[in-house]
Amino acid sequence: MSPPGLTRLHAYEMAAHLRAGDVSARELAEAHLDRIEREGGALNAWFSADPEGALAAADHADERFDSARRAGAEGVGGILPALLGIPIAIKDLVLQKGRPATAGSRILEGFVSPYDAHIVERLTESGAVIVGRTNMDEFAMGSSTEFCAWGPVANPWDLGRVPGGSSGGSAAAVAAYQVPLAIGTDTGGSIRQPAALTGTVGLKPTYGRVSRYGIVAFASSLDQIGPFGRDVRDAALLLGVIAGRDERDSTSGPLAVPDYLGQLSADDGEAAASLRGVRLGLPRQYFVAGMEAGVEARVREAVSALVDAGAEVVDVDLPHTDYGLATYYIVAPAEASANLARYDGVRFGRHDDAGSVLGDYLATRGAGFGAEVKRRIMLGTYALSAGYYDAYYLKAQKVRTLIKADFDRAFQQVDALVAPTSPTVAFPFGARLTDPVAMYLSDACTLPVNMAGLPGLSVPCGLSDGLPVGLQFIGAAWDEARLFRLGRAYEAITASADWRAVEPTDLALLADPSTPTPAERIRRAA
Amino acid sequence: MTTLSRADVEHVAHLARLGLTEDELTLLTAQLDHILEQYAVLSQVPTDDIAPTAQTIELENILREDLPGPSLSVDEALAGAPERSGDWFAVPAILAPTTDPR
Repeated sequence: MSPPGLTRLHAYEMAAHLRAGDVSARELAEAHLDRIEREGGALNAWFSADPEGALAAADHADERFDSARRAGAEGVGGILPALLGIPIAIKDLVLQKGRPATAGSRILEGFVSPYDAHIVERLTESGAVIVGRTNMDEFAMGSSTEFCAWGPVANPWDLGRVPGGSSGGSAAAVAAYQVPLAIGTDTGGSIRQPAALTGTVGLKPTYGRVSRYGIVAFASSLDQIGPFGRDVRDAALLLGVIAGRDERDSTSGPLAVPDYLGQLSADDGEAAASLRGVRLGLPRQYFVAGMEAGVEARVREAVSALVDAGAEVVDVDLPHTDYGLATYYIVAPAEASANLARYDGVRFGRHDDAGSVLGDYLATRGAGFGAEVKRRIMLGTYALSAGYYDAYYLKAQKVRTLIKADFDRAFQQVDALVAPTSPTVAFPFGARLTDPVAMYLSDACTLPVNMAGLPGLSVPCGLSDGLPVGLQFIGAAWDEARLFRLGRAYEAITASADWRAVEPTDLALLADPSTPTPAERIRRAA
Repeated sequence: MTTLSRADVEHVAHLARLGLTEDELTLLTAQLDHILEQYAVLSQVPTDDIAPTAQTIELENILREDLPGPSLSVDEALAGAPERSGDWFAVPAILAPTTDPR
């Protein structure tokens, strides 16, 4: 198979080829690294690629395949771990021992991780080939990946538009075939919204499903780690590797992890048949003001397709949805202001000297944090400060109870919810930079799910004005397996839809060396 | 709820240990006010009898044995320190030196 062909495969297909011995892990790694090298600049999806580490991991994987093959067919089938030899990207807030981790921030410039995150241990044990680290909004605060200290990331569907955020680098890299799998984090929509805007699949697992040990914290009662892939089976494959209890994150749940991928049929007919008898709720409040007509149309068509395939869809009310935005933008900044207090310029990261302890703090943090992070720290500090705690933070936590109760009531009537992921398709660079509230509205359909700690899966459901639209399935706590089955069934019933054959529009431009980087493109337009 | 003054913003910036420029203070005074206006909708929600939610998954009192295990060495822990003094992180003195250290 040609190198470009290799990068079009799904991870589970790569796994099958590796086991069959008709492609090597080194060939896969080289094909992807080559693509990142040649096409990385125009997207700016990568903070750094790691050819040396990736090729060493790939060679190690090939040795394991060879020795398993020498041991006979059984060795290749059973014992080898799921991601052996599969390239993967990780978001630049995941600690990898001995490597930089910046979380998109200048305040972590020069920082080298002293240990591995839990998920890095899991990925390494599973044989994954970590090819690099992806760009992100600084400290995961943003919905466009424009708030990245290392420049904005472009969307391969239109290089003049954002890929969503904050995991925009991971989403864009997967959409542009630079890597089949990527890790993101989702605090208010930071996996699902970029998945929607780039036409990829992204899952925000239940709060506590994946250990966050070794992840740069943003808002600790909301943050979750999750997978990106180009289809549902790949997302399921990756979650299966990273999920599960880890005693170093006491919020990780002591629950068994199902065989997510094993429950998904490769046969479209069988996958579609699983929709019969499923009861889905369509939350009225998720068709929010400001939703684009094309997005609403695609989502309603998707719902019709699910009904035609045998699912029952009923309207449900989540009456406190409209309060989600205000609640989130109190709770998340409040937690962030506490978490980001650790960047003191004393123990690690950037240090700016001003001759006194207080002066050093002010100088380091003033110069090290970007505009959006400062805004959130200020909001959070204000909401927690004397005299305002009850009016803001406590009030928000009480409304959070009501938001969660809305979902609890809905799941007494239905198996899962189906909704839009993002109210709009990908927007042009700069469109929401001057109005923070407009940016915050990007996550109106995703952040209530984080407030309630629930899993949400975004799958592509068509195009509006040539740009991808995302369909969101929301489940009860720990019900990721059902979301994957629903997402897979939706893929099956739309397998022959015309839009599925459409590639990201600007893919060809990525390989053209004259294509500017996103930062250059924005400068020229200004 | 409240309108923020520039003095309020300066106070909060001090609490947050953020050194902000004059331009940043001006911009943030306007932006924070606009964002706080969005919060006003919450006052419409009756919550007198509602308990606050700090975490959503009912895991409580997660305990484990307090066993010693491997951890970072002093050198590893100090490797990222902008300034180090022996086995310690170094910061500027917070007390004025006296002429007689005894």
